[in-house]
Amino acid sequence: MSYRVLIVDDSKLARMAVAKVLRTLHPDWTQIEAVNADEALASVKTDEIDITILDFNMPGRDGLELAAELRERKPAMPVAIISANYQTEIVTRSHLTGAAFLSKPVTQEALARFLAEALVRLKAQGS
Amino acid sequence: MNTSNTNILSALELDALTELVNLGVGRAAVNLREMVGEQVHLSVPLVKLIGRMEAAALLDQREGSKLVAVHQIFEGEITGRVLLIFPEVKSLELVRAVTGGELSLEEIIELEQEALAETGNIILNGCMATIANLLERSLKMSMPEILRGNGSDFFTLPPPPAAGDVVVFLHIDFSIKQRDIAGYIVMLMDMPSIAALHGLLEEFIARTTGSAAPPSDARH
Repeated sequence: MSYRVLIVDDSKLARMAVAKVLRTLHPDWTQIEAVNADEALASVKTDEIDITILDFNMPGRDGLELAAELRERKPAMPVAIISANYQTEIVTRSHLTGAAFLSKPVTQEALARFLAEALVRLKAQGS
Repeated sequence: MNTSNTNILSALELDALTELVNLGVGRAAVNLREMVGEQVHLSVPLVKLIGRMEAAALLDQREGSKLVAVHQIFEGEITGRVLLIFPEVKSLELVRAVTGGELSLEEIIELEQEALAETGNIILNGCMATIANLLERSLKMSMPEILRGNGSDFFTLPPPPAAGDVVVFLHIDFSIKQRDIAGYIVMLMDMPSIAALHGLLEEFIARTTGSAAPPSDARH
């Protein structure tokens, strides 16, 4: 089954990096990109997003704030926050919003693990 | 610069700071290695407490005037600036390295600014997050900013330090040999932050060695 994954990052390079790994792991999945929290929320509303992978350090609302808003709107959607800033406080706060935390640069192994867990959750929900 | 300022950290504290930097830069190197797919070599870090102008002169003497820096401000119990600096002529080569050779020259030029910012963000955050975690404190990191100029430009960024002109100058060379790219990671802090760092290093040493931290009034 094909899923729709939203990649949110203000950096084009970072979006390209995640997209490349995602393409390798799941070439049949649809990738949608957003450059900030507003675009991401609009996309979630209109694009039937199944999974969101978002950057922590973005201008305006950061990734933690966005993850919290996504949690309110789509509580069952798997969300991962990616950041090179892996300070304990940020990792803990990510988990408290119900999001996974992945270190930047994101590796194929780490993304595969997150997506495998996400798939289990989505299938359990019947998506 | 007041010579006594440079002695605010004991030899053991300076050693601990060097170790923190080593671990932080080690993490940054792993990140860079992951991005470029090639081995990244690191020098033994040079950790000095010197004045801004001395730091600028040191950099200018080694590298000349055309430099590019990715600059981030960190705030918390210690506040300051951290910079990833390398010669401007290597900037496109670094972008080429991190984009994996899949882009045309036009695309690389178009991506240069933001690819430098993202690369710097990953390297500098890798370094600073490691240090923050080891010190058991959190640091708020600003968005990355690209600067072009020389050492004097980078080390005299406004606003000037509120108190004291002594800075911690952490300098480490990183290089990707196959691509002839080399650069520096530099951290700048003013006196109040160095005093705060002094206390955090004492705590870190006490945790690491299992010895009790001395009372705070014995720190200065």
